[in-house]
Amino acid sequence: MSGHSAYQPQSAFMKWMERRLPIAGLVHSSFVAYPTPRNLNYWWTFGGILSFLLVAQIVTGIILVMHYTPHADLAFDSVEHIMRDVNYGWLIRYLHANGASMFFVAVYIHMFRGMYYGSYKEPREVLWILGVILYLLMMATGFLGYTLPWGQMSFWGATVITNFFSAIPGVGESIVTWLWGGYAVGNPTLQRFFSLHYLLPFVIAGVVVLHIWALHVVGQNNPTGVEPKTPKDTVAFTPYATVKDGFMMACFCLVFAWFVFYVPNYLGHADNYIPANPAVTPNHIVPEWYYLPFYAILRAIPNKLMGVMALFGSIGILAFLPWLDTSRVRSANYRPLYRQFFWIFVAVCLGLGYLGSKPPEGGYVLAARILTFYYFAHFLIILPVLGFVERTKPLPNSISESILASSGAAK
Amino acid sequence: MTATSAEPTRRDFLYIATGAVGAIGAAATLVPLVAQMNPDASTIAAGAPVEIDLSPITEGQIVKVFWRSKPIFIFHRAKKDIDAARNLDWHTLPDPESDAARVKKGHDQWLVVIGICTHLGCIPLAHQGNYDGWFCPCHGSQYDSSGRIRQGPAPKNLYLPPYRFLADSKIRIGEDETSKA
Repeated sequence: MSGHSAYQPQSAFMKWMERRLPIAGLVHSSFVAYPTPRNLNYWWTFGGILSFLLVAQIVTGIILVMHYTPHADLAFDSVEHIMRDVNYGWLIRYLHANGASMFFVAVYIHMFRGMYYGSYKEPREVLWILGVILYLLMMATGFLGYTLPWGQMSFWGATVITNFFSAIPGVGESIVTWLWGGYAVGNPTLQRFFSLHYLLPFVIAGVVVLHIWALHVVGQNNPTGVEPKTPKDTVAFTPYATVKDGFMMACFCLVFAWFVFYVPNYLGHADNYIPANPAVTPNHIVPEWYYLPFYAILRAIPNKLMGVMALFGSIGILAFLPWLDTSRVRSANYRPLYRQFFWIFVAVCLGLGYLGSKPPEGGYVLAARILTFYYFAHFLIILPVLGFVERTKPLPNSISESILASSGAAK
Repeated sequence: MTATSAEPTRRDFLYIATGAVGAIGAAATLVPLVAQMNPDASTIAAGAPVEIDLSPITEGQIVKVFWRSKPIFIFHRAKKDIDAARNLDWHTLPDPESDAARVKKGHDQWLVVIGICTHLGCIPLAHQGNYDGWFCPCHGSQYDSSGRIRQGPAPKNLYLPPYRFLADSKIRIGEDETSKA
């Protein structure tokens, strides 16, 4: 796919350039002539949306840093200064804060799409693992960024998350002190979190390059899960995928703008508009919505070390998905049983998210334990067994054949 | 021919020597890069011992003071609190420890603990929960009137800070009997 470019420079300057730095040819072969399966649906547009959001977060973030002060005594007031005094500061901050939530909305859709259509299967294992790494980096970046306004939730969220490492036997306490740069979360913690929050998006950008590189080596999966075989199965990236991505991006931005302009604080916590107070823990401490399923898993387990291990394990297990799913058929469209289990899994994830937002008592804990068990069972029991017992539907011979069959049936 | 090529050459020596020096140099450079993240001199200096006058604390009252940015709970226990902490078989507790081992001899009414939940670092609320001690609002851990974990995900009792009595109503937090004054 990354073979010879069909790019023919027209102007004398571009011909001169192409012999020295063939960047126009690279762009042309990657984003213009690049063949994409002709049956891609709208679930395939979220990669482009995620790239757009990464750029948007970096642009708004760099602007916020021009007005923000990373110091425990000044950070909270500097955020209020951005909200009240800086020209359009409110807009840029709300774009950045809600942009983080939109980023996670898009990445969850992107990941579930990969799970539904088996996009992690041979030969796309490395592509998938790079995606898991990107997701981990996103979680770290989101957590670090949430600390920076230095409100109550910032402070206590940072305290709880850094204390995960105190569960490590023996060296845990020393590691936590090292992370804090003090005896508790304080100014040194804030300053290093700021430094790392600025760094990680560029690390993400680097891994995104690897992710796209791996994608362009193995090619995109598609709703049938059958690899393109002839040129009839594909269309050129531009204009077909470009306009489809662009249209969905515009629709997504409508939702984004609705949050920014109408309910900018809906996804946040009112407690974070109270300045950080090391003497008082908020009565109901919860992380940002996108971490809630993992928070529920943490709290479901009554042992500290095991709870922390389950939390990290629930994310780490995703990296092994290509080998845990034993079925040779990729797309859930041809896997009647897996399709049902997929939707149960989606419901379990949403259920864990709901339970993560509830206080850890009574029936909520019991429900979280059942769903936590199911979460792991999906990967460790259901997926490996399904590959052996499921009777899959016959696959079409090619993408174009499946399109002709469905349009013929519609007549 | 094979015999001569098996002989170490000056290039082999340079290769190994350069690699060894490079590895040691890289490891040595890592030390300051990692160590700078540990508490700095000013943070350590600000963590010096603090003296607390206990006389204003009335019976049944729990006060919160700070030492090394950590909240320290000082609980002036009534007789019923001490009895509740002692009239039970402490060997069966999640983190078995007797009440006598958690206070200074002859000062049974004074419980001094670090007010940080041993689960994930929240500050428990005083006089709440089922054991007349503390309740952590974050994940539901409950501590008794001796600061011992009784219920919930926390693995340990509330930690004891190093401290000693200077007089019957004065303590110094940050050093114990073995430290030099």
